[in-house]
Amino acid sequence: MLSGNVQQQPSVSFAQSLIKVLRQNIREYGMYIALFVIMVIFTITTNGIFLSSRNLSNLLNQTGYIAVLAIGMTLVIVIRHIDLSVGFLAGFLGAIAAILLAQKLPVVLVVPIVLALGAVAGLITAFPVARLGIPSFVASLAGWLIYRGLLQRITEGTGTIIINDAIFNALGNGFIPDIPGLSGLFEGVHKLTLLIGIATIALYVLSQISSRNKQVTYGFEVLPQSIFMLQLLFVAALIGWITWVLAGYNGLSWTVVIVLIVLGIYHFVTTQTVLGRHIYAVGGNPEAAELSGISVKRIIFMVFGSMGLLSALSGILYASRLQSASTTAGTLFELDAIAAAYVGGVSAAGGVGKVVGSIIGALVMTSLTSGMNLMGVGISYQYIVRGAVLAAAVIFDVTTRRSAR
Amino acid sequence: MSTPILEMRGITKEFPGVKALNNVSFRVAKGEIHCLVGENGAGKSTLMKVLSGVYPDGSYSGDILFEGEVQHFRHINDSEKAGIAIIYQELALIPDMTVYENIFLGNEIRKGIRVDWNETIRRSGEMLRKVRLDVNPAAKIKDLGVGKQQLVEIAKALSREVKLLILDEPTAALNETDSDNLLELLRGLRDQGVTCILISHKLKEVIGVADTVTVLRDGQTVRTLDAHKGEVSESVLIKHMVGRELDHIFPPRAHTPPGDVVLEVQGWNAYDPGLGRPVLRDLGFNVRRGEIVGFAGLMGSGRTEMAMSIFGNPLGYQLKGELHVKGQKRAFRDPQQAIRAGIAYVTEDRKGNGLILIQDVKENITLANLKAIAHNSVIDSNAEIKIANGYKSSLNIKTPTVQQLVGNLSGGNQQKVCLGKWLFVKPDLLILDEPTRGIDVGAKFEIYTIMNQLVEQGLSIIMISSELPEVLGMSDRVYIMSAGRIVGELPRAEATQEKIMQLATS
Repeated sequence: MLSGNVQQQPSVSFAQSLIKVLRQNIREYGMYIALFVIMVIFTITTNGIFLSSRNLSNLLNQTGYIAVLAIGMTLVIVIRHIDLSVGFLAGFLGAIAAILLAQKLPVVLVVPIVLALGAVAGLITAFPVARLGIPSFVASLAGWLIYRGLLQRITEGTGTIIINDAIFNALGNGFIPDIPGLSGLFEGVHKLTLLIGIATIALYVLSQISSRNKQVTYGFEVLPQSIFMLQLLFVAALIGWITWVLAGYNGLSWTVVIVLIVLGIYHFVTTQTVLGRHIYAVGGNPEAAELSGISVKRIIFMVFGSMGLLSALSGILYASRLQSASTTAGTLFELDAIAAAYVGGVSAAGGVGKVVGSIIGALVMTSLTSGMNLMGVGISYQYIVRGAVLAAAVIFDVTTRRSAR
Repeated sequence: MSTPILEMRGITKEFPGVKALNNVSFRVAKGEIHCLVGENGAGKSTLMKVLSGVYPDGSYSGDILFEGEVQHFRHINDSEKAGIAIIYQELALIPDMTVYENIFLGNEIRKGIRVDWNETIRRSGEMLRKVRLDVNPAAKIKDLGVGKQQLVEIAKALSREVKLLILDEPTAALNETDSDNLLELLRGLRDQGVTCILISHKLKEVIGVADTVTVLRDGQTVRTLDAHKGEVSESVLIKHMVGRELDHIFPPRAHTPPGDVVLEVQGWNAYDPGLGRPVLRDLGFNVRRGEIVGFAGLMGSGRTEMAMSIFGNPLGYQLKGELHVKGQKRAFRDPQQAIRAGIAYVTEDRKGNGLILIQDVKENITLANLKAIAHNSVIDSNAEIKIANGYKSSLNIKTPTVQQLVGNLSGGNQQKVCLGKWLFVKPDLLILDEPTRGIDVGAKFEIYTIMNQLVEQGLSIIMISSELPEVLGMSDRVYIMSAGRIVGELPRAEATQEKIMQLATS
């Protein structure tokens, strides 16, 4: 009757319990394993270039503007909706930012204005969905067309708008400063990045241990001690390794910092707050949620509003990365974000999906692009491979869900 | 009895934990109108689903003989091919298609690879004349009334050369004239040789039209009665329908005199814009502190609609009338306001709109009152676990931990999670809609015990139930509903199964 029941039996060997845990949590670990396998394959096929500091740093920065969209899209799909308008909305708002910057408005004003516009755009998409019951597919498809038109309209006269603001351009291209006055130590290594990495590892280990202790106190099932240690070690090593690699290039980029902050906020909201619980309740069973006193309409507005805000952020990151706003900015972003969310384990049936998963999904997709570019694979094959990976991820998700029942 | 067209022998059908049909035998003679009666849950619909192949051959035991031959229906198509047609209460017509398209849907008349529309329209006209329905075959279904739609369904069945026509509660949604027309039509079809099985709760109509009546009770055939030998009368039917021993044991409770009025409803009307008809008419009732008030009635009598309309009206009925909660006049915009006013509603369909099956026990229990365990909107997960563990032990929810997914629990334990969820909002009035449906006897007793404890603590309970022994065993007072109205109120001392059934079938 019970699934996912891990008994602690001392007689069971480490290997046996490891296999058991992997099998029972295959859905959760699946995408990490997939990412790992993809990285190994590309490392081999590119003779190690794929794992070079420079390439990994680039890869993370390229993932940024899709990653923030994927975070928002996760929640949209969790409440059983979709938002197709986000790509051109991002492109359009990126162009707005470029125009405002051209008017010599300071970055500290431009960024909040554009983010606010994004939130408003999200609420506008939500209106027909929440109030009139129009399918979000249709409502956001209308948005897709409208924002595409608006983007062309404002870039028509000027063509590509070049952005000259150094601070703005740093968002997509810059790196965090190093600790000054320590030039003798760790020559050629970004020390602040290392420090942040070490702090993150410490924080992770401590929080995991305290949460496990709490679960034990309440008699919940926990991972066997040995597996738990392995997990800690694995994640700590992973963070440590990424930090080391990044520190060996230019350190953490502002894009990665922004994505991590957004991820942290959304992870906290979805897992720890009343709002997060309400969102997953609406996704799990909207009727039960409504009858439990949750306003489904309000949740739709909130989730689409956040999606619009993140679209604006995505547009800012993209414009900043290219140091310009172009007529085609944002093309297909929405589909990349949706694919990232599905690869990251978000369920199309609603109610299931983690923002962290979607980030991993986004990394999987960009890794594929980056790795295949390094290998010199043609763009046509790249699309086919990415499509196959998406299909495989969703099939894997559905079949493991079924067998778990 | 003349030759049987249908014989079902020793049919037994089990669902997990429930024996829906237990060795049922059912025999229908050629060219008769055979009525099937019984309380909700007696097994009528299950028996018809076995017959029509909705439950495929092999998922039940027993034999079906149709026209003298053993049948193995694996799908509804198989029984249709054999000449059996079922018309359900929920009509299976497509509203945006025309009458003729609907009549020949899935049975299109072809000319080569094309549909022959001219022939379709001509034949539709023929069928419509047979059911004495005077509408344009090109009219859209959604433009017809329910009564006419019913006739289109029958025309559709006739177009497939039906030998055995089964109607499940065909008159439930019809007014008197339409009902009479339909019954008259059935008599006409009988004279043309169509055999008919009619499932109905309206006993007067059964008596008026039946040649033979079979009574089911608790998944067993009680009796088959021959109308032509004068065996059928309302009192006989009711006796057989409810004649169950009161063998359920109900925990004892001191029936203390009830306190102040907690809920008072006056002149309460609800109109469902989706269905396009009223669902509640002129209700008036009250509930006092420390009282269990039973709401009895047949399926579709408006009990759930009553609960929904009071509990913040999430289905969007147009409401008229007055609602007083603890002496204050109220109008709730959504369930949230009803919850804040002290009302809780445990729905009849716990999997459909009660629980979130993909979430765990603790998340379900706290869902309706997260505010109570949150500081500045951040959930205190320690407090949540403590609360959930509290209900786990006080309601005896059988689950290894409160971290277990609710979808993995048994029906009885799911129901207890529902109860826990709604007790956690600390209500004054708890509405329980079919609180013991589909759960085993042991869990039922536990839920009854909990209900008694709650009213002793001063809570008020509205219990909607289709199980008459439960209504009688638990309630202080019983309201009986029929066709959206309250047709009677009986105090505990005067209520009997026969009286309730008589009112409910009126």
